[in-house]
Amino acid sequence: MSSLITKVRLKQIEALLEKGKRLDDRSLTDYREIQIEQGVIEKAEGSARVLLGKTQVLVGVKVETGEPFPDTPNDGVMTVNAELVPLASPHFEPGPPDENSIELARVVDRGIRESHAIDTEKLCIEPGKKVFVVFVDVYVLNHDGNLIDASAIAAIAALMNTKMPNFEIKDGELKIKQGYTQLPLKAHPITVTIGKIANKLLVDPWIEEESVMDSRITFASNAEGNICAIQKGGSSYFTPQQILDASKIALGKAAELRKKFNW
Amino acid sequence: MNEKTDKLIDKKGIRLDGRKADELRPLKLQVGVLSNADGSAYIEHGKNKILAAAFGPREMHPKHLAQPDRMVLRCRYHMAPFSVPERKSPAPSRREVELSKVIKESLEPALFLELYPRTGVDVFVEVLQADGGTRCAAITAAALAIADSGVPMKDLVVACAAGKVDDTVVVDLFDAEDKLGAADVPLAYMPNLNAVTLLQMDGILAPDEFEKAVNMAMEGCKQIYALQKEALKTKYMVVKEVEE
Repeated sequence: MSSLITKVRLKQIEALLEKGKRLDDRSLTDYREIQIEQGVIEKAEGSARVLLGKTQVLVGVKVETGEPFPDTPNDGVMTVNAELVPLASPHFEPGPPDENSIELARVVDRGIRESHAIDTEKLCIEPGKKVFVVFVDVYVLNHDGNLIDASAIAAIAALMNTKMPNFEIKDGELKIKQGYTQLPLKAHPITVTIGKIANKLLVDPWIEEESVMDSRITFASNAEGNICAIQKGGSSYFTPQQILDASKIALGKAAELRKKFNW
Repeated sequence: MNEKTDKLIDKKGIRLDGRKADELRPLKLQVGVLSNADGSAYIEHGKNKILAAAFGPREMHPKHLAQPDRMVLRCRYHMAPFSVPERKSPAPSRREVELSKVIKESLEPALFLELYPRTGVDVFVEVLQADGGTRCAAITAAALAIADSGVPMKDLVVACAAGKVDDTVVVDLFDAEDKLGAADVPLAYMPNLNAVTLLQMDGILAPDEFEKAVNMAMEGCKQIYALQKEALKTKYMVVKEVEE
């Protein structure tokens, strides 16, 4: 975007923030409307589509068998990948993942991994040899801001919807049996991102706000109200006080969402 | 062996490498270590050994990346294949791409980007040996390299981690504590401006533990900040002695 338009937009947003308002009539701590739809891709073992305002993210989960990492022979494996699909924004281009999609994938991954959301021990088929590998693929379909929260919510919703094939081991051979079991989850982390514009903290920044935002900070937290992942992004800073304020807002919002989703 | 690693802190509160909870690893900082770079720095932070070099402000390549109203800062964080126990492929991993991005974003607030439109500054960080907390040591060294290059800065950026090991909040985790501990909170800070420019966390922390970790990391930053300034002064003190 041209820097002139950005500057005009920044002035407008700043003036509104002074009055505690935002361009889309939300308060500083309001989320846009969130819709979660699970099981939208039948061929995936788990899937979910999340609408966060006009931001749209689809997450598909595939479960395959593979080798465990040598340092965790009894644990299944989870990987998160994110695609900023070119149809989602005029600024996304086809090609190998750039730093933005890698950061998105790694922040979503960290929330799931550090909260121990997946009970990876139950994904072990044969210690040191065979485990289930859970592929979480984040597909951004429409970018209208705050991809991190939309993707993190969609990823958990998709994992909650994920079925693993039943199996048995006969004479050292893995046999897939009929039927499925639910992917074992131990936690449902909720990720909340807070943007900073002109020293004001605002929840769930949308794309107009992101284009003028100084920085953002993301907190993932679990049902006990503990923080399990943080990521600061953007080219500016937070004061220590702003970080503590943001963490309180984020934990409060997470509790609110948790109630709403019934997670 | 396993018995030993069960506990990361002994009854007297001493950590595996002999430090107290609020004690930093030994540090060595040096600037102007590479003659071809416009600015450079070397840091030894415990067993971490890291080189950083800054080039610019100079013309951007490719040219279309130049911005009409500001300078562009680019960072590359890279680990040498021999820097870790298992050889690391020299191709940039997803971790390195993410760290390059967050390191860039931790340094940008210190620069007057709008004073150098259409130019670029490149910062290259090579981790020669890694022992936990490399992103923090990398930021500390990268800020020194930029300062050494003479580009004006609002403040030096200094970074230090805190985290939770067993049940104690400690500062400056080394590799084993990072891997086996409960949480790690790397933080970059500009002490004069009281501004946090990088904050990440993994692991699980209660809100009060998180607050304590942030404060401990900032205390660590302030100690390293004094060493950073000392390192910059030392370079010019050497020049003076030669003149006399």
